[in-house]
Parts: sequence; C-alpha cells; structure tokens
Amino acid sequence: MDRYSVELIDVTKIFGHREAASDSIVAVNGVSLRLIQGELLTLLGPSGCGKTTTLRMVGGFETPTYGRILLDGKVINDVPPHRRDTAMVFQSYALFPHLTVFENVAYGLRMRKMDACTISAKTRHALSLVGLEGMEERPPGSLSGGQQQRVALARALVVEPKVLLLDEPLSNLDARLRAQMRIEIRKIQQALNMTSMYVTHDQEEAMSLSDRIAVMNHGRIEQIGTPQDVYARPANRFVADFMGSKTTFLDGTVMSLDGDQVNVQVLDAVLPFEKVPDIAPGDKVELVVRSETVDIVPPGKGTFPARIIHAAYFGSHVLYEVDLFGTNVTAEIPDPQERNMFSRGSEVGINLKTRSIYLLRKVMN
Amino acid sequence: MVSLLIRQEAELGRPLNRRSQSMVLKEPLVVFVIIAIAAALVLFVLYPLYSVLKTSLMQSDGTIGLEVYRNLLAKSYNRRPLVNSIRLGVIVAVLGTIIGFIFAYCTTRVDVPLKGFFKAVAMFPMISPPFIMSLATIMLFGNNGLITKHFLGGLVNFKIYGLRGLVIVETLAYFPTAYLVLSGVLQAIDSSIEDAARDLGASWWQVFRTVTLPLAIPGIASALLLIFIESLADFGNPIILSGDYQVLAVQAYLRITGLYDLPGGAGLAVILLVPSLIAFFVQKYWVSKRSYVTVTGKPSGQRISRNEPWVKTAALIVCVVLTAIILLFYGTAFVGSFMTLWGVNYDFTLANYRHVFQVAGEYIKDTLFLATVATPITGLLAMIIAFLVVRKQFFGRQALELVSMLSFAVPGTVVGIGYILAFNQPPILLTGTASIIIILFIFRNMPTGIQSGIAALQQIDPSIEEASCDLGADSGTTFRKITLPLIAPAFFSGLVFSFVRCVTAISAIVFVVSGRWKLITVAVLGSVENSDLAQAAAFCVVIVGMVMAAIGIINLLVYQPWKRGPQEVSKKPAISGGAEPWIGTA
Ligand SMILES: Nc1ncnc2c1ncn2[C@@H]1O[C@H](COP(=O)(O)OP(=O)(O)OP(=O)(O)O)[C@@H](O)[C@H]1O
Ligand SMILES: [Mg+2]
Repeated sequence: MDRYSVELIDVTKIFGHREAASDSIVAVNGVSLRLIQGELLTLLGPSGCGKTTTLRMVGGFETPTYGRILLDGKVINDVPPHRRDTAMVFQSYALFPHLTVFENVAYGLRMRKMDACTISAKTRHALSLVGLEGMEERPPGSLSGGQQQRVALARALVVEPKVLLLDEPLSNLDARLRAQMRIEIRKIQQALNMTSMYVTHDQEEAMSLSDRIAVMNHGRIEQIGTPQDVYARPANRFVADFMGSKTTFLDGTVMSLDGDQVNVQVLDAVLPFEKVPDIAPGDKVELVVRSETVDIVPPGKGTFPARIIHAAYFGSHVLYEVDLFGTNVTAEIPDPQERNMFSRGSEVGINLKTRSIYLLRKVMN
Repeated sequence: MVSLLIRQEAELGRPLNRRSQSMVLKEPLVVFVIIAIAAALVLFVLYPLYSVLKTSLMQSDGTIGLEVYRNLLAKSYNRRPLVNSIRLGVIVAVLGTIIGFIFAYCTTRVDVPLKGFFKAVAMFPMISPPFIMSLATIMLFGNNGLITKHFLGGLVNFKIYGLRGLVIVETLAYFPTAYLVLSGVLQAIDSSIEDAARDLGASWWQVFRTVTLPLAIPGIASALLLIFIESLADFGNPIILSGDYQVLAVQAYLRITGLYDLPGGAGLAVILLVPSLIAFFVQKYWVSKRSYVTVTGKPSGQRISRNEPWVKTAALIVCVVLTAIILLFYGTAFVGSFMTLWGVNYDFTLANYRHVFQVAGEYIKDTLFLATVATPITGLLAMIIAFLVVRKQFFGRQALELVSMLSFAVPGTVVGIGYILAFNQPPILLTGTASIIIILFIFRNMPTGIQSGIAALQQIDPSIEEASCDLGADSGTTFRKITLPLIAPAFFSGLVFSFVRCVTAISAIVFVVSGRWKLITVAVLGSVENSDLAQAAAFCVVIVGMVMAAIGIINLLVYQPWKRGPQEVSKKPAISGGAEPWIGTA
C-alpha cells in the first residue's frame, strides 16, 4: 500500500457555531488530497475559497471540523503545530522583528535544542541556499521585500520539514521579482525533494511551478491534476474560466461522432474537435475558446466573418477583441511584426484552432 | 495617554499630511485662533506652574533661594513622603502592569467567552471617582470591615491604612491603564508571527517568552511609566487610606490647607512634579520610539491563536477572578450606600440618598452645571488644537502640542496649587468664581481630546479637506463642514472623557472650590472626613450614575437609533472598548 506524505480525507472546516447555520462559514467543504513524497501541489482559487484555511489545517493552526489529516500515514488532527513536522512560509512572512536574520533562521533549530555548531552550520547553509550570505546580522526590517521573503523561506527550509507549506509567498513582491522567485523556489524544492503545498490565486504562478494543481472554489476542489490537465482539459466551466486569461465560451451542438473526432455545429459552421468522454449526438456543448486558439485572417478568408472592436499592442503579441455574431471574442496573435495589424472597425475573418479547443458538456439549469 | 502610542504608529503616515500644511499667514482667522490658543495655554497651563516654582523659591526672609528645598529634603524624616510616593508608585506600576498584561493577553490572544463583559468591568475604575476603591476597601478590610470584623472576628489585623491598602487600591484602580496600552500592543503584533514560532517547534511558553514578550517590551515599559505617573498623582485614595504612610500629593495639600505654608506646599508640589515629568518624557521620547515597526507587507487577518481547552480555562479563571474582585469592591460600595452605619448597623436605609439629594442637592446641581459648561468647550477646543497641530504649519507648532499635552504628566495637586497661587490676586482674580473651576476643567481635560483628535486626523487623507478648499470654502468652513464631522467619534469620546473627569476628579479641584461653588467629589471627601462611609458611598453611587447617564446620552446622540439610514454605518459609539485614550492623572 502506498504511503502518502500528506493526505487529507474529506476535510471540512466550519467557522462559527456548528449548529447555528446562519452565522457559520463553511470555509473548506469536503476536501480530499494526496501528496506523494517530493511533490509540489498548488491550491489555486479565487479569494476566500478556503486555500489558506486548508493549508493552516495541515500546519495545525486550525482543527478540521470533520475529516482527517494524515502526515506520513499518521493521523495528526490533534497534534499541535509545534509538534508537527511541517514548516510554513507565511503570506506576511511573519519574520520576528526583534531578531536578526541569522536568529530568525536559527529559531526553529534552537527550538529543537541543537548544539551551537550545528545551528550555525545549518543556518549558514540555508541562507546561502536562498542567496543571503552576509546578511546574517541585519534586522529583518532593513531588508527589501524580496530579501524578507528569502529569509522566510530559509527559516522554513532549515528545519527540514516533512512538508513545506507556502501561503502566497510571493504576493508582496513586484511582478519581475515574483517571476524570478518562483523559479528559485521550484529549484530549491526540487533539489531538496521536499513535499510542498503552495497556495496562490495567480494561475500563471500555479502553472509554472506545480507538479499538480488543485483548483478550489467555495471551499471545494473543482479539479485536481497536472497543469496541462487543468488548463487544456478543464473539468467544468469554472475551472476553464479561472485558468485562462481571456476565455470565451461559444455554444455548440454535437452533430456526429467520428472515431476520435466530434463534429460540432458552431454558429453557422460544423467543425471537427477532439473527442471528449460521455458525449452523444444532439448534446449541447460549450467551446472553451482561449485567446490563443483564435486566429485572425484577412476578410473573406477564415471560417467566420468578424469585426475588430479593439486592438492592443503588447510587443510580443497583439490582443484583439472581435465581434463574432454578437459575441465578444478575444484573440491573441503572436509576433505582430511578422504580420499586418488590423485596425479598429476593420472586417476580418476568423479561424478556430479546433485541436486546442476543449468541449464542455453544457450544464442545463 | 494611550494615544501617545497610537500617535507613534500614525506618524508613519505623516509625509502624506505635510503637503496640506498651508501657509497660515494668508489666513487671518487661523492666525488669530493660534495666537488666542497660545495665549490661553501660557496663561492657564504654564503660568500656574511658574507660580508654583516661584513660590517654592521664596525664602522666609523674602529673598529667592532654595531654603524650602533644603528644609524639605535635608533630613531623612522630611524626605519620607518623596520616598514613600516613589515606592508606592513603583510597586503599583509593577503589579498593575503584570495584571494588565495578563488580562490583555487573555482577552486578545485567547478565545475566552464573555469577553465583552470582562472588558467592560475592567473599564469601571476609569469612569468612577478615585476614592470609591478606598471606601470599599475600608468597608471590607477596615477595623469595622465586613471581612476583618465579621468573617474573621477581628482576629487578624489587616493594617489596611498605609502602604498595603494603597497598593491594593491603586493597583485595582490603575491596572486598566496597562490593560488598554497592552491590549493595543498585543493586537498590533501580527499573530502570524506567533504562528510562525509555533510552526517552527516552539511550545506555547516558548512562543510567549521568545516572541510575544520581547515584542511587547516597549508597551510594557510605557504601561509601567504611565501607572507610575498615575500613582504619584493619586490624591483621592491616599487622603482616605494612607494613614501614617505619607505621600507627596496629600502632604502638599495638608501643608497648604492645614498649615497655610504656601512655599512649603509649592516645594512639595515641585518635588512631586519632577519624577512625573521624568517618567513622562522617558515615555514620550524614548520608550515610544522603541516599538518594532511591523516588518511585513500584507497583514494577515487577525486570528485568535489560542483555543486549547486548558489555555481557555486558565484565561477564563483569570478573567473571572479579576472581574469578581472588581465587582466585589463596587458591589460593597453600592450595598454600603444603603446601610445605616457600616460596620455597626447593617439595617437597610435610604437615609444616605435622602441626604445626598436633599441636603447635598446643590452639590449635584453645581457639579452638573459646571461640567455641562466645561465639557463642550473642552471638546471643541481640543479638536481645534488637534486640527492646527496636524494640518497647519506655523512657528511654535511643536511647542503648542507639547504644552497642551503637559497636563497629562502634571499631577492634579500641582495644578491646583498653581491655580490658587496664580489667580488669587489682581490682575487675574478668579478665586471663588465658577470661571476658575471651569477653566481648570477645560485645561486639565483637554489633552486627551487633543490626542484622540490628532490620532483621528492623521488617518484622514488631507486631500478631502483640500477638495473643500478647492471648491471655495475657507479654513473655518472646511473645519466645520468637513473635518469636524469626520473626527466626530474622537470628538464625542473626548466629550465623554471630559465629562467623566469633571464629575470624578478631585486632586486639583479640591484647591479651587469655594463656598459659592460646590462639587460633589469634595462632598465625598467631607463625608469621609466625618467617618460617614455609607454616605460617601451613596455619593459615589450617584456620581457613577451621572457618568453612566452622560455616556448613555452622548452615545445616543452619536448613534441616533431613531434615525435609520445609510449614514448609520459610519457611526461609531463614543466609547468602544478598544484603545480609547482614556488615561490621565487624577
Ligand atoms: N478565523 C476565521 N473565522 C471565521 N471565518 C474565517 C476565519 N478564517 C477564514 N474564514 C473565512 O473562511 C473563508 C476562507 O478563508 P481563507 O482565508 O481560507 O481564504 P483564501 O482562499 O486563503 O483567500 P485569500 O486568497 O483571500 O487569501 C473566508 O470566507 C473567510 O472569511
Ligand atoms: Mg489566503
């Protein structure tokens, strides 16, 4: 039988009174997760969906109302945080303002009663891992945001936890530093082969550093899978919408099945798509049209006629908003230098890259 | 004085405010107001202090010199009041801070039930006359005390008059200061810092010792100093309870009213002033600069981090015991006010209240009249000064702020002596009038309002006021139409505070009352001097009733529950448990 590093079984957290439904908040609702050794799993979802609460339950700061949390196969529901082999990087960093950088990082080792030599060696090693050599004696208040973030990371890494918990560790950094730090975090995590749970609401961040992503909404997990799974094969409209930067949903009707292919009527055309499970002729579907799956061609060509409503030049690409039979569709066209740009109001043609477009069964309500 | 702390935090937002500091010289009204206020502060704050100092330097042969101080400090016997006052202050500061800290920790860090109730009871001592605790102590532990005589049969002598009694009473009276300061400090510590320590393997005690306590040290130092100042200034309790244990505030009073020794009384006042001022300046310019600025960016939502059953139980026991003690004292005073003769005859009677309302009715009338006149003036003046200090740039701005705050640190006894020395002869002859009482009320009670006004103003973006000026309103109109409504909560809490102090304070006022104008606190003192504890207790109950009524009325005005509408959202009660700047010397 497999032993998982971390396992959450049907975990629910209700804040407030259990009985009085009116003033209680179901922050986490029946979440089950399994992490294998060395895996980095990201909890991704909009604000208030219960990511932090889930993480804090693993760290021991909240007790699940229902369900079990296992660490290395042992139930740890009632183990207080300081006895758990987890280490957390807090959203606010939570550095000890009255201690130096060195003492901040050494704190966990001191609590483990290690001898001074080991503490010093381990602390210095952890600081070098995050590139903070020479900053040992600085008070954390005098560091930049990125440096504070590294101290927080080093402080968690140095105790060699079984699970590393990171709660939006990069949300206080500017965009450039954020991109750089997420690569560093991933490299360190892989080098140490450390099981990690990472919370973020930034889908790009989640995609670029996770082994698997759990997309959460309203306290539930909507889908769990590799970045490719959740992006290219979303389980439902919420996931599809949350994962892309600009996603349009077009209605379609399944006309016929043809081996690995489904023919779907969209607007006034019938187009072939890759088959998705559980689908039959006559079914209503939604096309997950992401901006990069739309191509714009000169007028008269392409599957559909359309009109440019808005064009925004980004250097590496152009974003067009086009009117397609009354629906606004966003199209991302790479490398605009290579092609002609279309101006606002011009009539164009549109092609859909059907191989990259996923079909969702339409949920009737 | 809690606001001094708040202030330091608000200061971070200062650069924003700078931009709006207009050139006051272009606004004659502002210039006029500043000059008028500065003149008033010099006349009613500095000049009395100067008079005290001058009088204390008058030698018996009419020359200027240190003779008074030589007499007061030369022999160790004469130094006793100073030593006693400081010893009492230190003990009370330490005990009060410890209790205040424990109580603050229990109510901010632990999820105890009935939190609101505990907080409310802890605030009792702040809104009641200072000597109510002493009365209850005598009723419980005095020679005829309920516990000493009736439960213990007079076998144990508690020796309640003296240091022991004063320590009990002042600790209970002043621990709320520490509680307010420290609950503010503890709330300001991002709880995720403590979580982080727990997460790294620290037990509850280790987190407390290595994180919480070090981060609270500046707050603890502040609390110690503030209680020390309050204890030094306390007059109401020692006059009743000190016995042979002489303290400065009482000795200064006795020297002047009993021995008519003005230079000696003034000298004692100066000696009392020195440690108070030292503590004040250490607090203001040293301790409060030491606080740790939170390092982190996005603050995490405050989560109460302790909810294990045993911590909860322990905290609950602490809270229950403490509130039970406070309620025992207040309950004793309340019950005592219905007794015929405490310690001898425990028959129920309304005679004490009959006396209070019939014979002493004019005390109540005068007190209400004087307080009602002084309170709005105090509140408005405080807001104007706060506005000038925060929003206008002018020569002497910092001096104005400092002087207006000085009364925090100056014991009431010193102020009272200053007023009788400064205003008992032409050109300013005020002794015996209502004016001197009202003026004393205003300048004693204003600093608190100023501080909460400053704290409130610093949170308001000055561009709101700029927009008003931009649309054609002048400084005065902007203050009236824009600023005042925005700082209304601070204004109202200033009003409440000022009224409470008017009807409860004794130390300064005892010097300036006269046959013509009678104050209820002075009546309590009279009853105590006649050994009529029950009657004194009845007075105290009436005072507390007046305070409650005033708080109720002002809260009602702020809330306006009969008006329902969207504006309700923005209104806060004039008193909310939190870090209201409710502290000052009695
Ligand atoms: N201690 C608490 N008491 C009551 N409700 C809480 C508590 N902590 C969290 N909640 C509620 O639980 C829900 C989930 O909160 P949580 O902090 O887990 O969200 P999140 O996904 O981390 O959001 P964000 O991205 O904004 O950090 C929210 O509705 C929140 O208000
Ligand atoms: Mg969160």
